[in-house]
Formats: sequence, structure tokens, C-alpha cells
Amino acid sequence: MAPAHSTDSRVSAGIVALAAIALLIGGAFAGLLFEGVHDFSGAWAAFDPYLLRVIRFTLWQAALSTLLSVAPALFVARALSRHPRFFGRAFILQLFAVPLALPAIVAALGILALYGRAGYFAGVLAVIGGGSWPGIYGLSGILVAHVFFNLPLATRLFLEALQTIPSDQWRLASQLGMAARPAFRLIEWPTLRAALPGVAGLVFMLCITSFTIVLILGGGPAATTLEVGIYQALRFDFDPARAVTLTLLQIALTFIVVLALTRLGANVVGDTNLPVAQRRYLSVNRSETWLNAMLIALALLFVVAPMAATVMAGLGADLGRLAGEATVRQATLTSVVLAFLSALLSVTLSLALTMARRALALNRRAGRKTMLEHATDTGAGFVLVVPPIVVGAGWFLLLRHVGDVFAIAPVMVVTVNAVMAMPFALRAVRPAYDAASERHERLCAQLGIAGWNRLMLVDWPSLRRPLATAFAFAMALSLGDLGVIALFGSDSVQTLPYLLLARMGSYRTEDAAGLALLLGLVCLALIVAAHWLGREKVRDA
Amino acid sequence: MRTLLYSLVSAMTVVLSGPALAKDKLTVYTYESFTADWGPGPVVKKEFEAECGCDVEFVSVADGVALLNRVKLEGASTKADIVLGLDTNLTADAKASGLFAPHGAVTDVNVPGGWSDDTFVPFDYGYFAVVYDTEKLKTPPKSLKNLVEGSADDKIVIQDPRTSTPGLGLLLWVKSVYGDKAPEAWAKLKAKVLTVTPGWSEAYGLFTKGEAPMVLSYTTSPAYHMVAENTERYQAASFEEGEYLQIEVAGITTTGAKNPLAAKFMAFMTGPKFQDAIPETNWMFPAGKTDKPLNPAFDKLVKPTKTLLFSPEEVAANRKAWVDEWLAVMSK
Amino acid sequence: MRDGAASRLEKGAPVRLDKVSFSYGEAPLVFDVEFATAKITAIMGPSGSGKSTLLNLVAGFETPQSGRVLIGGVDVSAEPPSVRPVSMVFQENNLFAHLSVEQNVGLGRSPSLRLTEADHAAIAEALARTGLAGKERRLPRELSGGERQRVALARVLVRNRPVLLLDEPFASLGPALRDDMLDLVAAVHAERGMTVLFVTHQPEDARRIGEHIVFLDNGLVAATGKADDFFTGAGPEAFRRYIGASAGHAVSRDVARKRT
Repeated sequence: MAPAHSTDSRVSAGIVALAAIALLIGGAFAGLLFEGVHDFSGAWAAFDPYLLRVIRFTLWQAALSTLLSVAPALFVARALSRHPRFFGRAFILQLFAVPLALPAIVAALGILALYGRAGYFAGVLAVIGGGSWPGIYGLSGILVAHVFFNLPLATRLFLEALQTIPSDQWRLASQLGMAARPAFRLIEWPTLRAALPGVAGLVFMLCITSFTIVLILGGGPAATTLEVGIYQALRFDFDPARAVTLTLLQIALTFIVVLALTRLGANVVGDTNLPVAQRRYLSVNRSETWLNAMLIALALLFVVAPMAATVMAGLGADLGRLAGEATVRQATLTSVVLAFLSALLSVTLSLALTMARRALALNRRAGRKTMLEHATDTGAGFVLVVPPIVVGAGWFLLLRHVGDVFAIAPVMVVTVNAVMAMPFALRAVRPAYDAASERHERLCAQLGIAGWNRLMLVDWPSLRRPLATAFAFAMALSLGDLGVIALFGSDSVQTLPYLLLARMGSYRTEDAAGLALLLGLVCLALIVAAHWLGREKVRDA
Repeated sequence: MRTLLYSLVSAMTVVLSGPALAKDKLTVYTYESFTADWGPGPVVKKEFEAECGCDVEFVSVADGVALLNRVKLEGASTKADIVLGLDTNLTADAKASGLFAPHGAVTDVNVPGGWSDDTFVPFDYGYFAVVYDTEKLKTPPKSLKNLVEGSADDKIVIQDPRTSTPGLGLLLWVKSVYGDKAPEAWAKLKAKVLTVTPGWSEAYGLFTKGEAPMVLSYTTSPAYHMVAENTERYQAASFEEGEYLQIEVAGITTTGAKNPLAAKFMAFMTGPKFQDAIPETNWMFPAGKTDKPLNPAFDKLVKPTKTLLFSPEEVAANRKAWVDEWLAVMSK
Repeated sequence: MRDGAASRLEKGAPVRLDKVSFSYGEAPLVFDVEFATAKITAIMGPSGSGKSTLLNLVAGFETPQSGRVLIGGVDVSAEPPSVRPVSMVFQENNLFAHLSVEQNVGLGRSPSLRLTEADHAAIAEALARTGLAGKERRLPRELSGGERQRVALARVLVRNRPVLLLDEPFASLGPALRDDMLDLVAAVHAERGMTVLFVTHQPEDARRIGEHIVFLDNGLVAATGKADDFFTGAGPEAFRRYIGASAGHAVSRDVARKRT
């Protein structure tokens, strides 16, 4: 119960952010419901026996994908944290942010270039399996693709968590001669365990909304997610009421699962309150080094191989001509500008929510969390399970009477992508903010450093790195977006993924491959830039 | 920093800038590949602007389905004068929206089965077909029955009728051949289906990547490969039962009914200047008179022995039931 | 406001806790005590007796459940820490790691670091006074532990508040260094005459600069009095038990003051 006014501005920032998000989602629902209010039959008709099967499959594939992405990521992240310095480490981490930016179809083709019926590994796999290789269509294909997207993501997030372990603990471990195994059990695992529900929840949400991957690699409608139903409702049937019903169902299901996940991890709250490690005191023996190297190499191979396949396909395109095309250049510029703006908005929202959550937690002490705190905590993450097409369509309906829908298209693309990227940004910013706050809270209160002053003088310098990470993530995600742009895209707003799909749709497969390469490169360049901007200034003592 | 800011601002200006409003303007909503640099759009725009002394603005969205939805989303306040790129499977739905006005002209078009509709005018047509890779498949199926009952080793990639027009086309094709026995046919065909994609692009991408020797596409697809890539590797299979027809149409919206340019455009659309551009930019057959003869590559294409087509009303009335029927079989 | 703070506080202000009760959910702490104005009071007591909590209540990091915190006769119970006429030095984390020595001190003048010429002069003077001249541009990680606490004291000087709270600020320093720091505190106190509340575990610290002692035990103020009385055996039984053998034989304060 610290004096309330010392934290007001942070809480209000969080409330503003929450209100903006609620407005975005709620407004869209209102738009759809208003339109669909005269015909609710479609909404009720959605509840048929087939829906049950869809729900079962949706949950099942999401659960398996989460398990297979998150469990190995724990060990890969640990391996990376045990070796804080080796050649190419930073680059590996930057590469790990690229899959997020790839449109699902590009990733699927990349994966199939390896494990497909005509893939590079088809020969080997056929020999192993005996007979001809049937490809990875079915659940296995879905899982491989989802792990490709989410293993690198989870690895990066776990690594962020591991980096908040105070250096004193490592010194102590080193001094006590703690071997790798007890060090993992006593030092790393508690931190990872604390981060686990959040990361698993995030990955689960991404997988539950998967659509293109599930259909293409799943082999057919036996593998159908709720998201397909939502798309069908809006794209083919134009049944807004049903789209809203299915979306609410999707949110409810995810809520239950995430709640269960939080319960699992609720008893171990990670104590990330101490100084962030400046130096690590690690003694990693030879055999562990080998093991870690193997782990990292395997993960790298798994993530990089489909990207390499994408690069190879892209090199087959007439890159010179593509780069010279005005359309391509314009689309690249549009993509970068839109992604930049939505990343900016996304990081701002995340920071506001993080600050509010921390301020509320400090005020609360041992008491129960308020609804507001829950909302700034896990609640905000649920935006991920609202399909962008639902938000887009809802606002379209709402605004069409008011103004020029073309003019709002870029605004919609920026805002929706910002909100969709926010849960990622949140995970990157929160641990660092909480740790910094633990160090600075009393000092700031004492010296009266609050609001804007605090942001600029205290929080910004200590959060620059995680903010850059969050920014890179958000930007990568927005760059690859096809959900909103598919609805709002027109000649005036063309992004790279949009152009890519358009080329594919007109037999220009090679152009599309070239654009995929370009998209990947732009994404990588942005991530490298964000990393560079966020690096800590090195001063000689 | 300042240059970054400058480029941001200028990019936003480009992104946000509306068209100039000097001359009379015609707004045409269409699908993406129509207006692409290599599509018919640029030619059509140039020719019509020269003829009418006006400005043509294209607004393009992903495909025909998205097009109809876009118009529905915008409702009566739509800016579109003309909506170009719906197919006959969507026209009943489009009419029911009440957003389209009668074209009020005599249409001089030539599509298989003839045409009479007071709202929509066709601008091109094509047939759905199974396209195969001659390097992978030596004996292509000779009929739909052949495809359904053939070896399960020869895989085909199809599209989902819930999210894609060709997917719906195949569904209707099977229905028109098998009638009430369609579920049984699907049950057999299912073993040959490698995967079901959300749209045509994904399916064709998998096909050209070599994942499957067959894909559901159009009889005109091989023409693209022959003309643009100079290869006869990809061919369409000719089916004894005939091929299912897709007719692409355009209509005047209630907004366009107030713009005299709209009717002019509809007349222009069925004329040779528009129609000449269609075959080698949209890779479909022209629905009106042309001045230029078709590229010889088109003569090599499969000519359907029979044209299959449900009326728009039949499709509208049965689509949900038929898709559910398909779903029941395919998701087992 | 800055000028006001500087001018109104030539001398220390009285600090009083009027039946202040506070609890972390366990047994409540109850403080009812008045600290000698413009004097250094050492607050001692076993671990968990509530020493730091008492300082936090005065500083405003904790809010009493009942009772009043009075500084200079004014009830400040509801005021946020930055408004109270109080400076505090913690055991650690007194500095922002990314800001230079000069900036860290400057924050004592302006929380937005918008500093006037006069401010800069005051900062330079405070740094010189605390023996940090020439280290203005260093970052905290380039300083020794003792130097870091000197920066904190320099900031206390530029803030110039009538009450100074010291929460075991020198606990992690070596004996000689600690003595230097204590002498610095004593010298600063001699100049400014603020009321100093000094939490420590070390009897010799209390003896070196403490004029008064407040002894806490079990969440209550167990005894108060002059330091000399406490160390010459007149202190309460609990206090003697607490300091144990080290105070068994009375040592002259003069000897204690100058360690060689």
C-alpha cells in the first residue's frame, strides 16, 4: 500500500493501453454483430457434430505442437545461455526471429522442399521407411511446421528469462563447484519453470489459430481448425454472426487451456528481482560443451534448413528484374513502413501494460490480484486468438458509413498487427522491466522520479535491449502478415506478402520464391538493425 | 533520423494518397491478378481511358470471393461503379445483396451454353481441369471416373470448397457427374488426395514444386507454361464426362448506375480492345469478339467434349448441403 | 519548491512516530517514539525487530495502518516519499547504473535532470566535499563500493533535506573505510545539523557517531536514551544481551573515535 499517486501515471498508461485494445476488438465485434443481428441462424447452425471434431482436433494439434516446441526450446535456450560467447551466437538468435515473418505458405513450401514427397530428404526417408516416401502430410506435417515457427520463438523467450538470473547465483554455483545437472535443477529450472506457463501459453495460442499450415500440411478437412470455420464464415458465407460465435468459442477454449497452464506454474513465481547478470561465472566442462554444441546445431539445422530451401528457391528467380520492378520496391517500402509503425505501437502498448502490471503488483503486495492486474498480465495475450480478419471485417462494417474505408486501410493494418504482435513484445519486455523496477523503485520514489522523467532517465536506458528485441519481434510478425492485408489490401496498399501471394496466384511461382527471399532478407536486416540499435554502449573502465 | 522520418512521411503519403479528381472517374473493383503488371488491367485501363477521356481506377482484392465480400462490407456506400471478376457460383449471392443494378444492354457475348442475365455480363470463361506433370505421370486419367478409381499412388492436390472457387468448382463437377453418388465418389477420390489447400495458389505451388503429379486447375493453365515458359511439360487431362465451366462476369453496382461511364465500360468490355487482352494476360478464353486470333498455344489445349454447369440458383440453393456432404466424407 | 526546500531547512526537523502500527500480515509492529532533533540517533535491534520498517515508514515507502508520522510537526503519513523532507541512503542500489556520478547526484536537485548553473555548482561542491572530485563522468560500475556510497552522500548534500535516513549504508564496507564514511557523515551532520536516523548492526558505529540510541525489540521500541548511557552499562538488559561481549567492558569514546 505505497502511496497511490506515486504510481498513478503507470497504471493510467496501462489502462489507456487496455482501453485501446478493448476498443479495437470490441468495436470489431460490435460491427459484426450489428451487421449479423438480423440473422443469427448461421451462428446456431455452427454448432453441429462436426464442430466437436474440429474443436478436438484444434486442441489436440495445438497441445502437441506446444509440447514439441517448448520442451526442446528449454534445452536449446539453456545450451545457449551456458555459452554466452561464441562465434555466430548473435546471428543464430537473429535468424531465430525470421520464421515469424515468413507467410505460412512460404514456410510450408520450405518445409516440403525438405520433407515433402519431392523433397531433398525424400530419397533417404524412402530408404529408411521402405518403399516410396508419402511426404509428411497429416499431423506430423503440422507439427513440423509449428515447431519450425515456435521452437525459435520459445528459445529466444526462455533465453531472455535465463538472462535475468542474477550473477551472484552463478558465482555461488561456481564457487560451490555445482555441476551442470544440479545447476540446472537449482538455478536454471526455477527460472525456466516460472517462464514456462507464459511461453507455453503464447505458443499454444499461435498454434490454435493456425489455418494455412493446418490445411496444407494436414492433408485435408480431417485436419481442420476453428480458424477455418471463422474464415469460411467471413470469406465465403459472409455470416458475421457465425464468425463472432466461433471466435468467442475459440477465445473461451484458449482461456481454459491457458488458465490450466497458469495453475500448473502458479506455485513457482520466479524471483527475478536481483541485478541482471553483467558477467557470468560459468564452468562448463568438455562433455557438456559437446552436448550443448550438438543441441544448438540440431536446432539450428531444423530452423535453418527450411529457410535455406526458401533461399535456394529464391535464388532461382530473376532477382535483378524483381528488384527493378517499381511494384516490388513500392511494396517493400510499404511493408517496412507499416511494420515499423505497428512495431512502434506494439512496443508502446506492451510497455504501458508492463508498467501498469508492475505498479499494480507493487501496490497489492500479498493481496489478491485485481481484475485490472489480470488484464494487464495474462489477459492481454488473448488478442492472439482473435483472428485478424474478424477485427478487420468488423471495423470495415463499422466505418463504412463514416468515412473512406480506403483511407483507414493502412491504419487498420498498423493497429491490428500491433495488437497481434503485442503478446510477443510483452514477453520480451516484462522480465527486464520487473528486474529494473526492483532495483530502482525505492530510489525513484525517494527522488521523485516519475512519469515521463522516469521513462526517459531510468527505464529507457535499462530497457533499451529488451525493447529492441520486442521491436524486432513485433516488426517481423507484422512484416509477414497476410490476415489483415488480405481484407484491406488494394492497389494503394500492397505489402510484400500480399504481392507474393498475388504472384503465386498468377503462375509466377518463381517471382513468389524471389519475393519470399526478399521478405526474409528484409526481416533479417530489420532484426539485425534492431539488435544493433539496442546494444549496450560499451565503455572502457 | 531526419531522413528516416522523411521517408516514413513520404511513404505514408504515398500509401494514403487518394487519386486526383480532375476528370470523370470510373472505379472498378476487381481481383488482384487482373490489375497486376502482367494482367489485363494496364491494357484495359489505357484503352478505355483513351476512348472515354476519363480516369479509370482499379481497386483489387485477392480473388472473386474476396471481391464480393468487399462489396458487401462496404454496402450501398461502396465506391465501386463496376465489380469485375465474380463467377457464376457467386452471382446469385451477389444479386441477393441488392447492391447490383441491371445493366440494361443487349449483351453480345459468346460463352458455352449461351448467356442471358439482366445484371451480369461475362468477360471471359474457362474450364476446370486436372493439370498433370508429364514427367511424373505417363498415363493421365481419361475421365473423372478414371481419376476417382485410379491408383492411390498418383496423388492430386485440390482446394477446399469452403475457402476457394476452384475447390467449389471441383465439388460441383463431381456433383454434376455423380449426382447422388457424389459422396461415394469422394470416398474413393479421398485416397488420392495428397492434401487440400485453402486456395488455388497454394495448390498450384505444391504441384510445380513436384509434390504431386496432378492438381485441380484450368484447361488454360498449360497455355501459360507454353507461352511464357516455352514448355509443354504441364498438360490438362481431358475427361470423357466433360469439364466444369467457370464464367467470369462483371456487373454495375447501385453506385455505378448513377455513373454514365459504367454502362460505357460494360459495352467496351465485350468489345475487341478488352477481349484481345484476355487470353494471354488472364489466361482464360475471351467471352466477346476479338480482333486478333488466339495464340496457337490455345489450339493445343484440351477442348471439352461436354460443358458442365449448374445454374447460379442451383448452386446458391445447394452449396451448403453439398459442402457439408463433402466435409462428412473427407473428414472421416 | 527546490529553493524552498533548501532555505527552510537550515536545521534538522523533529521526527515523531505517533502510535504508528504496521504489519506485513504477521504480528504487527507498533512504534511510538520521538527522535532527537538535529542529532544522530542510532537505531539498533536484532534482525526482524523492525529497524528497516521504521525507516521505510519515515521515508514513505510504507504507509502506517494507524497512527501518524510527523516530520517537523507536520503529519506526512499520506505523502509520497519524494515530497517528504527526507533523504535516504540504502545498503545498495543507491545509484542508477547507466548514469554518471554527476547525473546520479544531479537527480537530487531535479528528477528530470534539468540543471541550472547553480545546481551544477552545488553538485561540484558536493562531489568535492565527498572526495569525488575528478570522478564526475564515471559510471557506478567503475567505482569502488565506498565511492558509490560517497556518491549517495553527495546527493544527500545537494538535496539538503532536514532528515537523513541511513539504512545500514556501510555494512558491506571494510572497517577502515567504514570509519571514513562515518566520519564523513558526522562532518556533514556537523555542517548541516539535520536529524539523522541511522540503522546499524555495529555497536562501534553507533558509538562512533551516535548521540542517541533507539533500541527495537520484537516490533516495539524497547528503550531509548543517550548513547553514552547505553554503552556504559546503563542500557536495558535486552540491549546488553544484544551487543554481547563487545560492550562488556566500557571503552572510552575518545579511544573509539580514532582507530589507528
